Order: sequence, then C-alpha cells, then structure tokens
Amino acid sequence: MAFKKIIDSKKLLASLAVFMLLGTNVLMAQTVTADAAAKPGVNWLSVGYYVLLFVLISIAIGVVGKILRVYDLSQQIQGKKGTNWNNIMGTICLIFMVVGLSAAFWDITEQGSMTLPEAASKHGVKIDAMFLTTTCITLFVFVITQILLFSFLFRYKHSDKRRAYFLPHNNTIEKVWTIIPAIVLTVLVIFGFFTWQEVENSSPVKGDINIDVTGHQFAWEIRYAGPDGILGKKDFRLTAGANKLGIDFKDKNSMDDLQADTLVLPVNKVIRLNIFAQDVIHSVYMPHFRVQQNAVPGLPTFFKFTPTITTEEMRRKVDDPKFEYLLYCNKICGSSHYNMQRVVRVVTEGEYNQWLAKQKPYLTPALRTELKLAAADQKKSITQNRLALNN
Amino acid sequence: MSTLAVHDHGVAHHEEGHEHHHDTFLTKYVFSQDHKMIAKQFLITGITMAVIAMLLSILFRIQLAYPDKSFPLLETLLGRFAPEGRLDPEFYLSLVTIHGTIMVFFVLTAGLSGTFSNLLIPLQVGARDMASPFLNMLSYWFFFTACVIMLSSFFVQKGPAGGGWTIYPPLSALPTAMKGSGLGMTLWLISMVCFVASSLMGGINYVSTVLNMRTKGMDLWKMPLTIWAFFLTAILGVLSFPVLVAGVVLLIFDRSFGTSFYLSDIVVNGQVMPFEGGSPILFQHLFWFLGHPEVYIVIMPAMGISSEIMSVNSRKPIFGYHAMVYSLIGITVLSFIVWGHHMFITGMNPFLGGVFMITTLIIAVPSAVKTFNWLATLWRGNIRFTPAMLFAIGMVSFFISGGITGIFLGNAALDINLHDTYFVVAHFHLVMGSAAIFGMLAGVYHWFPKMFGRMMDEKLGYLHFWLTFIGAYLVFFPMHFMGLDGVPRRYYAFTEFASMQRWLSVNMFITWAAIMSACAQVAFLYNFISSIFFGKKATQNPWQANTLEWTTPVEHLHGNWPGEIPSVYRWPYDYSKPGAEEDYILQTTPLSQTMSSNLPHDFEDNPAGLEALNKWTSTQKANEEVK
Ligand code: HEM
Ligand SMILES: [Cu+2]
Ligand SMILES: [Cu+2]
Repeated sequence: MAFKKIIDSKKLLASLAVFMLLGTNVLMAQTVTADAAAKPGVNWLSVGYYVLLFVLISIAIGVVGKILRVYDLSQQIQGKKGTNWNNIMGTICLIFMVVGLSAAFWDITEQGSMTLPEAASKHGVKIDAMFLTTTCITLFVFVITQILLFSFLFRYKHSDKRRAYFLPHNNTIEKVWTIIPAIVLTVLVIFGFFTWQEVENSSPVKGDINIDVTGHQFAWEIRYAGPDGILGKKDFRLTAGANKLGIDFKDKNSMDDLQADTLVLPVNKVIRLNIFAQDVIHSVYMPHFRVQQNAVPGLPTFFKFTPTITTEEMRRKVDDPKFEYLLYCNKICGSSHYNMQRVVRVVTEGEYNQWLAKQKPYLTPALRTELKLAAADQKKSITQNRLALNN
Repeated sequence: MSTLAVHDHGVAHHEEGHEHHHDTFLTKYVFSQDHKMIAKQFLITGITMAVIAMLLSILFRIQLAYPDKSFPLLETLLGRFAPEGRLDPEFYLSLVTIHGTIMVFFVLTAGLSGTFSNLLIPLQVGARDMASPFLNMLSYWFFFTACVIMLSSFFVQKGPAGGGWTIYPPLSALPTAMKGSGLGMTLWLISMVCFVASSLMGGINYVSTVLNMRTKGMDLWKMPLTIWAFFLTAILGVLSFPVLVAGVVLLIFDRSFGTSFYLSDIVVNGQVMPFEGGSPILFQHLFWFLGHPEVYIVIMPAMGISSEIMSVNSRKPIFGYHAMVYSLIGITVLSFIVWGHHMFITGMNPFLGGVFMITTLIIAVPSAVKTFNWLATLWRGNIRFTPAMLFAIGMVSFFISGGITGIFLGNAALDINLHDTYFVVAHFHLVMGSAAIFGMLAGVYHWFPKMFGRMMDEKLGYLHFWLTFIGAYLVFFPMHFMGLDGVPRRYYAFTEFASMQRWLSVNMFITWAAIMSACAQVAFLYNFISSIFFGKKATQNPWQANTLEWTTPVEHLHGNWPGEIPSVYRWPYDYSKPGAEEDYILQTTPLSQTMSSNLPHDFEDNPAGLEALNKWTSTQKANEEVK
C-alpha cells in the first residue's frame, strides 16, 4: 500500500523536476523576447509558472504528509511504534547546530572580509580596538550558548524510560551567572565610557580647521573659512536666492568664506566639522573615519576628528585605484535619501593649501549684485544692514 | 497569602447558567465581552495584519534585490506607486514605514499581548473573566479601528506615511518635505492615537485582573511566568504609552495648527518657514521614552510564553523561578531609563549619552540571567518536541543572537559607526522581530487546543518551524556585515555607491530567503485555518500541564469553570517531582494528596504543614524498618 504511494510520489517528484526544467527553459526564451520589446507588459506566463510551481510543491508536501500518516498507521496496526518524532527533531537540532555554526563561521570570514577597512582617523583606531574586544567576548558567549542550547536538545530528547531531573533552582550558580556578566559588562562600560568621552570631548582649540557641512534635500553644502580662518555667521532667515545657506554678510568673517564640491582634508590635522541642516534631519556619515553625527535643523552640532590616512595611501591599502572616502546621509530624509553623497579626499597639507587657494568664494558676483554690495563694501555697511533686515 | 481573589459573585453568576442566556451572533462573535472570544479576535486580526506587513516587506525586498529591473506586474498591482513596474522611491519609504509600524504595534503589541493576556490571564489566575469585560471589548474595537485607519492610508492620493516607523519631525511635520508626510501621516497619527487608547484599556484591565481577581490560593508567587510577564508588560504599557500620545498630539499641532514644538530654523526648497524655538530632539525623547519600553512590551510576553512552554515540554520546573521574576521586574524598571541609547549621535549632550550607555549595558544583565535560566531548564530535561516547544527554543536562539549585538550598539562609542546601518536592522529583527514572533507562534501552537478545542497538525508545524527558523537566520545574519561595511538602512537602492553595489548579490540572497520564509507561512495559515474546523478534537489537558487553564472544560463556557473556581495549592512547575506518580502535578492538587512527593521546600511559610510532612516521613521510615 504505502509502497505504491511512494512510487506515485516518485512519479510526482519526477514530473515536478521535468516541469521545473521545462519551465525555466521557456522562461529563459521569454526573457530574450521580452528584452526586444520596448515596454514589456506583465509576463503572465512566468507569473503562472511560479504560482503553479508553488502549488505543485505544496501538493508534493501534502503527499509526503499522507505517506507519513499511512506509514504510521500501518506500523500501529502491526503493533509497532510509529515514527519517533522526538528523535528526529533532536537529531535535526544537532545537525542544525553543526551546519549553522559552520555557516556562521563561513559568513564571518567571507562577508566579514567585505567590511570597512581599518579606521582612517585617530579616534577610529580606539573604536576599532573596542569593537574587537567586544566581538571576541560576545562571539565566545554566542558560540557557547548556542552549542549548549542545541546539544541539550539532542542529549535530553524525550524518552519514556526516563524522568527529568527535578531542579527548581540553585542559588550558587544563579549568583555566578549574574555576577560574571555584570563584571564583564562593567569592564566594557568603563572602556566604552572613556572612549566615548574622549571622542566627543571637543572643546574648540586654536588651530583646528573649521569646516561647515550643511545638509538639505538632497545634497551637502560645504563651506571653508577663507584666509582669515574663521567662518562667518549664518541666519536661516537670510536664505534667499543665491545666498542658499543664509550667510550673514554683515559679519566681516563671511566675506572670504569659500564653497567647495569636495570635502578635502589635510592629513593629521584636527578637523572640526560644524554640522547644520536646513529642512529635515540628515546625518553626516563618514564610516571610514568612524564619524557620524546627525544634522538637525535648529540645533547646530559638530564632530572633531583627525584623519590619519590619505586617500592615496588608502587606495594602496585596499588595492583599489578608484577608492574614495565618502560622506553620505544616514538619516531618512526623503525620496533621494539614498543618493546624498560627497567625496571626501584626504591629502597632504601642501596639496590642501593649493587646493584651498583655488576654491570660489561664497560671495559670488551674482550674490553681490543681489545683495547690492559694491566691491569694497566696508564703507557701505549701513545699507547692507538695512538690506539684511529686509531680507 | 492573598485572599482577595475569592469571589462569590462569579459562582452566583454562573448559576443562572450560560444555557439560559441566549447569545445572538452579534454578541457572541462581534461585540463579544467574553475574554476568550476577544482573544481570538485579537489573534485573527493580528495574524491578518502580520500577513499584510509580510507582503509589504517582500515588495521592498524585491526592490533591494533587483534595483534596476522592471516588474510590470508591480504596476498592475500598485498602479501609480510603481510606475513602469518599478517602485517609486517615496513609496518604498512608505512600505518600510508601514511594515515597521504594523509589525511593532499591531502584530507584536496588540496581536501578542492582546491575544495571550486576554486568553490566559483569567484562565491562569482563576477568574471568570476580565475585571471589565466591556472595556475589554472596547479595547479590541479601538484596535480594529486603528488597523482600518492605518491600512486606509494606502488609498489616499499621496500614499501612506513615509518617515520611518519612528516618524521623526521635521520630516514628518512638513507636508512639503515628502509625499508620505501629507494625508498619509495624518492618518498614521490618528491611527496611533486609537491604538494607544486600545492598549491602555487593555493594560488597565490586565493589571486590575491580575491584582484583584486571582482565585483562592493563587498568591503572586504561585502565578505562572506567563502571568508575571503579561502583568509587567501591561504596567510598562500603561506608564509609557501616554507619553507617545503626548508626542503625537504635539506633532499634530505642529502639522495642523502652526505651532513650533519640534520645529525651528527651517528652510524647505529655498522657502523660509516661520517656525522658531522648537526642538526636533524633544520628539525623539518623547518617542523613545515609549519606544524603548515598547521593545520590551513586545519581548516580555514572548519570554513568559516561552518559559512556560519550555517548562511543560522539558517536563521540568523552570529553573530559578524567582530569578526569572526578578529579572522581568528588573527589565521593567530599567527599560524606563535607557531610551537615550537610540539618540547617542542625534546631538543630545554627550554626557547624557555616557549615562544612557551605563544604564543600557546594565539591562543586559537580567537578559543574560534569563537566557542562562532557560538553558538550565533544558538541562537534564525530558524534552518533547512539540511545535510549540520548537518555537520557544527558536525564540531563545534568536534572543541570544540578537541580544549579543545589543552590547555593541549600547556602547556609545561603537554606535557612532553602527547607528542607522543594517547592523541595527539585524539586531532588532533577531532580538525583537524574530524572537517575539516565535514566542507568539509558540503560544498559538500551545494554546490552540484551549482556544479552538482542536489540535493543530504537528508535522506541518515542524515544517513551518524549520523553514521559518532557517529562513530568518538566512535573512538577518548577513545584514550584520552590511552594517559593518557602513551600508545605511532605509536606502531605496544601493546603486549609487560603488562600495554598496558589492552587496547586491547578498541582497538577492536575502530576498530569496525572505520569499522562502514567506511561503513557509502558508503552511502555518493552512494548518491554523483547517485545524479550526477539521483538527483532531483536543482532550482537556493535551500537554499534561499544571496550570489552571487546563482544568476548564474543552467546550468554552462563559465563566470558564462549570462549578466553583478551583483553588490553588502549589506553584505551577511541579514537573517530574521525585516520588510523584505522574510527571506533573496540577496546581489544584493539594499537598495533602501528594505526601510521597512533598519536599520541605514546599512548606516554607507553613510550619504546620512541615510538621505533618516530618511526621509522615518518619512513619514511612518506621514502616520500612518493620518490613
Ligand atoms: C541586550 C540588551 C539590549 C541592548 C544593550 C540593546 C541596545 C540597543 C541599542 C543601543 C539600539 C540603538 C541602535 C541604534 O539605533 O544605533 C538598539 C536598537 C533597537 N533595539 Fe535593542 N538592545 C537590547 C535588546 C533589545 C531587545 C530585547 C529588543 C526588543 C525586543 C530590542 C529592540 C530594538 C529595536 C527595535 C531597535 C531599533 C529601533 C530603530 O532604530 O528602529 N533590543 N538596541
Ligand atoms: Cu539626508
Ligand atoms: Cu532601546
């Protein structure tokens, strides 16, 4: 009886395989023709194929289920015990553990090697060290606990002959496994706390290079201080026309401020990014430097860091001549959130100075006429005042 | 000992009998005030919402796997949201938003707590119904309204809310900032207010039922861990949800009445807005003051359910019952003071960040204790692999895998580079998404006989478990590495960055794993629906469990027990007690009937009983010597 069923199901499985092969062949042919057409309509054939495939698999599963039931029944009639599902599940648990852990290990080596290269900033090195420590500790706990979990399942699967061991509690061991995690976490917290304080401690120091980064939908504006080394004031109410950042040109320091398309940074210098947003929250994310800080409208933020590896060096390290550091947005901000980037280039100090000298000032001729500023406008600051107010 | 719980009125009520009391279709199935029916309503609505949210996720997974490919079928299905057969970027964000909202709130909060608190609190503490059946009914209908409103936003011109499930303003406050901040966002906010109303009514009911309506003998330390978990979850919800309402109402004001609670210094598309003096960070504080407790609102019921099921199916008492309760209490208290870990890099004062880091890593301690106790429960057990047991075990496995990455994220210094990347997505889908869903499924498989009087098919349950369990790991495990490579979440496509294009094959793999897991849910749905009608008839106590719900008849009656409510004499975990005849002893079995298995420990606050036990043992000994 059951035997016949199995043959039946073999036929079924075979026809399933044939169907899949044929179907894929037809589909392949389909895609070729579809490419030729200008605007493909819905390919109902392939939709139907997938639906049918699903139905067939479901039927196959149903048939297998029936066979199992029949088998169990026939065993029962013969007075034997049916399938012992506890043993089967226990064994699958063990297999899952072995295969799962090997797969995890494979994934960690394979995709783990696709992750970010070494930190390109001073504080980033410390963060990476913390990361390594945390990974070692947690990976150890992960492996041990998963092994215990699944091997217990296998080892203590049900048996009618045995009774479980009545063990409601054991205060000693409970204290141990409360205190040990507490200690480990305390250590991690203490290191984390000091690293965090160090990274975030950014009282302004003379000689820091100040750069403004302003996010808006959907781009970053970069503003460098001119020769005076000081960025001028801004006021969002002044935003109009060519003055897209709302720079306050009453402030003398604004006059020589420069705009740039690329965030160019001198290596081994302290950089202070002043971070603003005009419309919604954005986030300045430069993962190679382990830098991230949200850009919040109405709440200026900043991040201080020291790049340590030039773009050239990094290209050699990652063996990719086209490698670029990037700054991109990491807080959902609207339709083009997924493409809001700037190239970041770390160069030597000499190259930096050369580059900076070539950047255009924010106060473009167009803006000058818009604001009705003459070339040497110091004297006309009164008119300018009024203008600013009118804006 | 608490005697609050003796109530005669229930008995009196029952004498009139449910037979005389004619339920119409409307009062029995629709506007039901019976906690068991309301539980089923929550469950079925929850499952429906889960299926919808799952389908949404498949849609956006397809986009991530094939960003350059056109699927004309999508245009047929979605119309203007997928022009040329490709998802619109803003609609992609709406999908992500609604998927998250539905899963977190409608499935894992209402679907989970709503179902099992309603079903189990009266049944396991020994009450005839909830403290306020009417409020209970309202709770369901508010929830249902919230669901309808949330889904209706798919039918407005600009589509549903799109700012992410955390709906940070100003994005969510400025209708001009994105399509999803228009009418769709208004509907989201209204839906959420209804939802919170529902969950408050539910929560108050759960708390008062647990506190006031326990049967004779059921003192707090005799309650099953499920009840402890539901009770603490309800407290958490009652204290934190109102804060979300405050945040939402202020956002409604900012959107519709020109206030500036969250808005300041804003220029949209070159247009200077008049808002001044508000703070977007304020919203984040209000949101996460709920948001973090919320994640524990989601996981604690799953923990309670898994503890119970693991104990029943290991035929062993849960290890360290007291430690389990205290760690739940610890989590409850601590979860109110860690919300800032979602805001380390938002511009919050870094000193505060440091403080939140300390509290966050403290909360990992009770979580670790729970894990170890579960492992110890399995140790030397006699483990029966029912589908419920498998799902409970899966919950533990996911909780470990996902909890461990919490240690990284809770460390502010590490969070700098991990925040808002796929690492976070991996973390919370394992620790919250998968673990809590598994807890919920475990509960469904385990208490299905109690809800519907029939059994679910075990083999289909096995198939469902393994496909889902493996599928979820395949989906979420690789995401860790994307996060470690700095790949941000909520990106419509990874086509614009060379560094992210490398991950395309991984994304394709994840999508197919997700589709496979989604198909596996058909096994569950088929099993669930067909078993309601054609499943094998259940016996009264199919799992040989100790708790009170298995002393009620299989046929449901209004009032739960036909006669008097049984009294309780012992804790719920007397499994495989040495000396006992069977490997389980019902909570309703008095100690006097189990002399051979009593332990001195059973009489800690009962000296007379202890004396009786000593006497009994000495006579036993004497008898043996005579022999
Ligand atoms: C072991 C203890 C845990 C720690 C230390 C921890 C820590 C964290 C931290 C720091 C974040 C913020 C990450 C970021 O956005 O950069 C986070 C995110 C999250 N965690 Fe956990 N977590 C823990 C356990 C849990 C549990 C048990 C759940 C839920 C059941 C959970 C659910 C979430 C969710 C939903 C998010 C993401 C919210 C979002 O941004 O959309 N976590 N976790
Ligand atoms: Cu942005
Ligand atoms: Cu949290």
